Amino acid sequence: MSHHIVQADNLHYIYPDGTIGLDEISFKIHHGESVALVGSNGAGKSTLLLHLIGCLTPTKGDIRIGDYPLNKKNLKAVRRSTGMVFQDPDDQLFMPTVFDDVAFGLINFGVPESEIENQVMKALEIVGVPHLSKRSPHKLSGGEKRAVAIATVIATMPDILIMDEPSSNLDPASRRRLINLLKTFTHTKIIATHDLDMALEICERTIVLNKGGIIADGNTKELFHNEKLLLESGLEKPLTMQGLR
Amino acid sequence: MGNLQNNLFDIFYMDTLACSKTWIHSLDPRAKVLTTLLFVGIVVSFGKYEISILIPFMLYPVIMITWANLPIIYLIKKMVLLMPFAFFIGIFNPFIDRDIILKIDLTFISLLDIARFVDLTKFIEIMGLQNSTGVIEISGGWLSFFSIMIRFSLTVSAALILISTTGFDSVCLALQKFRVPSPFIVQLMFLYRYMFVLIDEASRMVRARSLRTFDADSKMRFSLFVPMIGQLLLRTLDRAQRIHLAMCCRGFDGHIQMVRKMSFGMKEILFIAGWSFVFVMFRLYNIPLNLGILLSKLY
Amino acid sequence: MHMADALISPAVGCTMWVVTASLIGYCSKKVKSEMYDEKVPLMGVLGAFIFAAQMINFTIPITGSSGHLGGGMILSILLGPHIAFLTMASVLTVQSLFFADGGLLALGCNIFNLGFFPCFIAYPLIYKNIVRKVHTQPYSHQNQQKKDKYILIGALIASIVGLQMGAFAVVLETLFSGISELPFGTFLLMMQPIHLAIGVVEGVTTAAVVIFIWKARPEILDSALSTSSLSNSKLNSNSKSLSIRNVVIGVALATILTGGVLSWFASSNPDGLEWAMFKTSGVEELKTQEGIHTSLSAIQEKIAFLPDYGFKSNELSESNKSSENPNLVDSDSNIVNAGTSVSGLVGGTLTLLFTVVIGVALKRRKSKITIS
Ligand SMILES: Nc1ncnc2c1ncn2[C@@H]1O[C@H](COP(=O)(O)OP(=O)(O)O)[C@@H](O)[C@H]1O
Ligand SMILES: [Mg+2]
Repeated sequence: MSHHIVQADNLHYIYPDGTIGLDEISFKIHHGESVALVGSNGAGKSTLLLHLIGCLTPTKGDIRIGDYPLNKKNLKAVRRSTGMVFQDPDDQLFMPTVFDDVAFGLINFGVPESEIENQVMKALEIVGVPHLSKRSPHKLSGGEKRAVAIATVIATMPDILIMDEPSSNLDPASRRRLINLLKTFTHTKIIATHDLDMALEICERTIVLNKGGIIADGNTKELFHNEKLLLESGLEKPLTMQGLR
Repeated sequence: MGNLQNNLFDIFYMDTLACSKTWIHSLDPRAKVLTTLLFVGIVVSFGKYEISILIPFMLYPVIMITWANLPIIYLIKKMVLLMPFAFFIGIFNPFIDRDIILKIDLTFISLLDIARFVDLTKFIEIMGLQNSTGVIEISGGWLSFFSIMIRFSLTVSAALILISTTGFDSVCLALQKFRVPSPFIVQLMFLYRYMFVLIDEASRMVRARSLRTFDADSKMRFSLFVPMIGQLLLRTLDRAQRIHLAMCCRGFDGHIQMVRKMSFGMKEILFIAGWSFVFVMFRLYNIPLNLGILLSKLY
Repeated sequence: MHMADALISPAVGCTMWVVTASLIGYCSKKVKSEMYDEKVPLMGVLGAFIFAAQMINFTIPITGSSGHLGGGMILSILLGPHIAFLTMASVLTVQSLFFADGGLLALGCNIFNLGFFPCFIAYPLIYKNIVRKVHTQPYSHQNQQKKDKYILIGALIASIVGLQMGAFAVVLETLFSGISELPFGTFLLMMQPIHLAIGVVEGVTTAAVVIFIWKARPEILDSALSTSSLSNSKLNSNSKSLSIRNVVIGVALATILTGGVLSWFASSNPDGLEWAMFKTSGVEELKTQEGIHTSLSAIQEKIAFLPDYGFKSNELSESNKSSENPNLVDSDSNIVNAGTSVSGLVGGTLTLLFTVVIGVALKRRKSKITIS
């Protein structure tokens, strides 16, 4: 089945101020795959993710999501099948209460009013915070915010889950909860992160970015054994693997 | 900076108050908004020398505060902190409007034997009241000054009670039902949501500065102030862009809808009708005056 | 310079509410028609920014007092007048609810005073006209100083004018309300100079921040300026200035109309506008213009209906002082019966006590319920 394929062909992107954002990026991600996108700060991870949801349009090259090439016409359909969790949950939780926030996407995607409450609560239960539904986002802790941000995305049942540094700013316990949660998802996952330990646990495949280009793409464990590669891209061997040595 | 955090604390605290679960809190926000507006409208509709007739209106804040279980000391403190502007403008009245319009016969007070405890003549001197043989003469200015202060406490407490029994987003929803244009409602909601985020960001920036400059003062030099505000503004603009992206990813197309159940039932109707009746009665009949007359007849 | 509920009459408050509400309606419509969805978060977050920014203070040299960023002018420069007005309105609404800054009835006045003048008068008519001259030139190091100077001058004059108008409006609103006794001249003398100083501070901070942004990220201001049509296309700028003119005319008409209707209502009742007008004009012209005064007081006597309080003009009070029995009814001079006022005092005190007792009793009962 060709469903839920994410494919990039020779992507180029130059920011208006001349910064090179992406440089000749090509890859193909299959249905159900979990892919970690790693690289130092400014490597172009966020830039790439924004292309995948059609927030940035490549200067050159194309993207295909599922059966569609990504363009203006298909944008809505593509956004319906992809869900993006942003780096700062404060950017994602803009409504007065958690409930409204989770319901926002559902309403926009035309879910009938009678079903909304049901689906909102279901999404909140999946991430384990149904008790927060009446709270305002500004009164949540960092981990709770992150959980709700994920709920806002999975409520619309996307086929592809895209996350930008989901484990940043989390305490160890919240991080652990997040990892366990992500392990249970069967979606196609694309996770940009510095947290190689998390990448190791969740993703079987890793793409390493450096200065806007792909410098490695392959099995996570194998890549992380390559110390030269990690050093080159400003990363460090995951702690769990350091212990193994 | 202290100011920054105090304000944030205030808003946070009132937000928490609004989450309590008394029956006042559970009323439909529209009922509370309407009642508050009616209250404020009637309170300010009195002539400027009115004092006694305003007093029964204190029943509203007192009852609402007890019903809704609000911390009265906190509300009073907040009111006092807000007092300066009204006080500043009002305090001119006694100096300008010196026409005597009220006379109180002291013989009546001496009947009550208060004179034994309080030296009235001194009091009168301090207050700047003219004294002519046993009669206190109160100028219009003093009357209107006290009237202003009473109005002030009534209207301010009404606003504070509204927000701490209803919560900001419910007030917004009520306004939406009253057909306030949606861009304005959305604007209010976003402002409120990001106020916390930005105040937090601002206070982190200020704190970082004061750590670097070893300067505990909340004020800073202009040459430091501008880049700080500029940075904050740039970050804010970036944030707006990111929020817009996040909204688009969830299918935003210019409309924000909310599903909230609001029910305007019997309870709400009774609430509005009850208070309206009370306010109108207080407006039409000067209860304290009639009470006083009744009493003096008995006496 | 927030107006307070305690200082305004219902007629003034309602008039300004109507005017402000129609301005909000107008701006909402306008905003919705131009690329609204991108601006939804922008407006909201910038409102929050104004809030946060106003809490950061700097020391004003020499005086030692503190200043902060103003709202209306920088918002207009960044977002154009319509969005800026809505944003200011939202900031003031939050202030009125949480900090009871001003209050609910006075909210209309406050939004008008702090929003309308900077956004719809000072920005389009002053700032834009001054900065237009340098805006079309491309950014370069040679003209940078010239640009900075124009922005500074533009923001300074616009802020000062905006605030002077706002302060003047505060004075007018207070006087028309007639709750404060401050005579027109004195109040004006108090308000205008203070707001001159505030205007200078606001102008300088606004200009400094705008220049900072312009240097850091020129594209932000360029797009803001072009969407609010600083562009040189004639047709466009024509229609824009026309729409501003329409807004101003509309506001003037709405004010006069509602103000007129309401004060007509109020004239059947001494609490309102009419009475206040008599009062302020009376104070100043009492001695010099005997004729006007007597005719005014004649009108006043006709419309006056004073339940619990009385008032009188100066001559009457003098004649009264000489009268023998000050504590008796003096119906001629409209003085309140001393007995009545004593009743008011006693009754008022009792009512107050009652209120407190009711509160305490309710509280008691409540805590009993929760305990048991
Ligand atoms: N809005 C922007 N304008 C100009 N350059 C940008 C912008 N956003 C990011 N960049 C630049 O693009 C590069 C990639 O950034 P980003 O994708 O955010 O990196 P990462 O998420 O991997 O840390 C960086 O060099 C960054 O400076
Ligand atoms: Mg990033």
